[in-house]
Amino acid sequence: MTLADLVPGDIATLEQIDTTDPGVVRLMMLGMVEDITVRLENIAIGGDPLEVGFFGSSVSLRKEQARHFKVSRILPGD
Amino acid sequence: MTEGTEIKIPVSGIRIRHKARVSIAVIGNPNAGKSTLFNRLTGLRQTTANFPGVTVEKHVGTVQLEHSAINLVDLPGIYSLDGNSADERIAVDVTLGRMAGTQRPSGLLVVIDATHIYQGLYLLEQLLELQLPTMVALTMIDAATASGITIDIPALQNALGGIPVYPVSSISGHGLSELKRGLERITAIKVPAIPASWPELSKTAQQLAQQLGADWQRIDVIQALLQTHPDLAGKLGQQLGADTVAGLRLKLFGDSLPAAAEARQRYRWVRNVIAEVQETAPLYMKMGVRLVRWTNRPWPATLLFFAVLMLVFQAVFTWATPMMDAIDGVSSELGRWIVTQMGHNALSSFLADGVIAGVGSVIIFLPQILILFLFIIILEDTGYLARTSFLMDRVMRSVGLSGQSVIPMLSSFACAVPAIMATRIIPERRDRIATIMAAPFMTCSARLPIYALLIAAFVPKQSVGWMNLQGLVLFGLYLLGILGGLGTAWLLKSSALKGPKPRFMLALPEFRRPNLQTVAIKLYDRGRIFLKRAGTVIFAVAIGVWVLAYYPRMDVAQYRSTLTAAQTNNQAAMGNAQSAAQMSQSWLGRIGRKIEPVFKPLGWDWRVSSAVIAGFPAREVVVAVMGTIYAVGSQADEQSLSEKLRAARWPDGRPIFTLPMVLGLLVFYAWCLQCAATLATIRRETNSWRWPIFAWTYMTTIGYAGAFVIYQVGSML
Repeated sequence: MTLADLVPGDIATLEQIDTTDPGVVRLMMLGMVEDITVRLENIAIGGDPLEVGFFGSSVSLRKEQARHFKVSRILPGD
Repeated sequence: MTEGTEIKIPVSGIRIRHKARVSIAVIGNPNAGKSTLFNRLTGLRQTTANFPGVTVEKHVGTVQLEHSAINLVDLPGIYSLDGNSADERIAVDVTLGRMAGTQRPSGLLVVIDATHIYQGLYLLEQLLELQLPTMVALTMIDAATASGITIDIPALQNALGGIPVYPVSSISGHGLSELKRGLERITAIKVPAIPASWPELSKTAQQLAQQLGADWQRIDVIQALLQTHPDLAGKLGQQLGADTVAGLRLKLFGDSLPAAAEARQRYRWVRNVIAEVQETAPLYMKMGVRLVRWTNRPWPATLLFFAVLMLVFQAVFTWATPMMDAIDGVSSELGRWIVTQMGHNALSSFLADGVIAGVGSVIIFLPQILILFLFIIILEDTGYLARTSFLMDRVMRSVGLSGQSVIPMLSSFACAVPAIMATRIIPERRDRIATIMAAPFMTCSARLPIYALLIAAFVPKQSVGWMNLQGLVLFGLYLLGILGGLGTAWLLKSSALKGPKPRFMLALPEFRRPNLQTVAIKLYDRGRIFLKRAGTVIFAVAIGVWVLAYYPRMDVAQYRSTLTAAQTNNQAAMGNAQSAAQMSQSWLGRIGRKIEPVFKPLGWDWRVSSAVIAGFPAREVVVAVMGTIYAVGSQADEQSLSEKLRAARWPDGRPIFTLPMVLGLLVFYAWCLQCAATLATIRRETNSWRWPIFAWTYMTTIGYAGAFVIYQVGSML
């Protein structure tokens, strides 16, 4: 399961990150690294981009990059 | 004064102004409250200039402390020292003393948002590698408390190796005096020799820097090893040998990418620190928070976005009217007073028609421009502008761009110059240039005067539902600009600038209440810039146009012949015929008639044509030029400019400003690039003449074509 498969409100842990996409490395610099807990906050109209929250911050990214983050869901959303 | 009288002056009444000796860089994440703190500390004692060679604004301000003063340099907000975008590279270059013409700071004031210490501490750990005296301002401490976050300050200081941390609230002013006392001793602060987040890297780099000699500092070695600075990486490879460097990298980063390894390593440390020092109370969501959360949802947010836009256009028209009427009243009264005091002569005409009618017709738009900027500044300050990029990413993708282009395009509603500079957040050059080409289409505040003038003169003041028609037409013109911009981006992205699909990633700031002082300072800045232009460029153009319109004067024979030609007993009609004849034989009239054929297909007479030509360096000049031309060319001084426009006639008596002509003129204004400052900025930002020349030619062509089609088709109907 990847970040792109979550629905709004889902809480999940980032497990494994594929860094072949330079955009993914940029997201890691914003703090999206392995072992943190994230919450999928919103999905924009049309299904893309996503808004992900962690440690009080919000980051927006496209599904294309979200697919590189393997996650395990710990709490399903609304 | 009698002998022996003592004069007592209360000591607290004397304020000694110290001269600033040291310069401290203020650095932090975007939206960490850096600028608010900067404004709070320096007040209006700040200057704005550009860093040499680049167009990034350099804000420098002086803080008066008890025993000394220091200069603060406000830098663009960054998340890391890796320099992914142009803004980040500049912040990094200034901090590291690599920016030519800017002194290396003597210390760092790192601003960390107490509600976002995760990313703040990451940047701080990178900055500690610089080995400069560093202190931390933990901002928005009251917001943190309100949302149930408590931070153990002594524990945090301890985790950071003893560097001072000052909790502050720029809104209430809490903690500011302690921060100022701390700033007084900033240069004496000792930072830890080896920052705690990644000791292996720091130690390795420190040893190498000593081994390599004086032109290497620890941070240089780190950036070379992490490959975040290609030049340094190359230099290190040359000095140590490629194999040695590869071995070092393997030992430090394993098989990870260096940048990914750094993020993993330092963020792991940050997480541990947060677990130690921060407590988050489980919080029931307050009404306000829940409302903000709800408005962040896609549909409510999009609807809110359009509602706000409509409100802005309504406000620009309705709120500004009383103030504009007042300015108009004062300036026409002044003009009339001058003429009655001095009689009709060259000097009175110069003052009344040249200076007052010319410059006054531009200054009258100050209220509207301030209202527009007030909204834009508030949207920026609440973080709402950044959120729109999330909402609009999908739309932007359909023209080949990403949500990152939304912020520059929206700020282009204020002015294209800062908007073009704001494109620096876009990492890919092709996307950046497509955005730069689209930005000047957005309706900037300088277009507002001509729109407002023509709409007020030719669009009836009636309501359509809850809106008024004038506001609706203005909204339509804004849409026209947006369509022009998006269409252009799409054309470029599917031809000359074709490239890989742009990525989109952006930190979204939380909703924040705007800070009154920040809003006031920004608004004051904008108003000042506008008035300065009115007082210099527009003033000079208005005088030039007056000279061209007033001279040469008719001789007596010509004067008589116009009187006979008028063949009427009506005093006013004779006066007008006389002025018109003088006007048309003036230099401006002669030049105007030469260029009239070019614009005749658009339905413009020579007066409109020459005003438009004069407006190419700066579009708001057009209103000033029209003001002067129509003031010199009429006797009836009590008329407002819009009344004069309505009364303007072709020689055969047909009105010049017909509906198709006005609509065409508006379209021309919506699309034409009449702004030398924008062209110069495009030149600087793209580093070539090709793009400004292309932008000018392209926009002028489609502006002309649009006006042509509308006038010709409209006149046929």
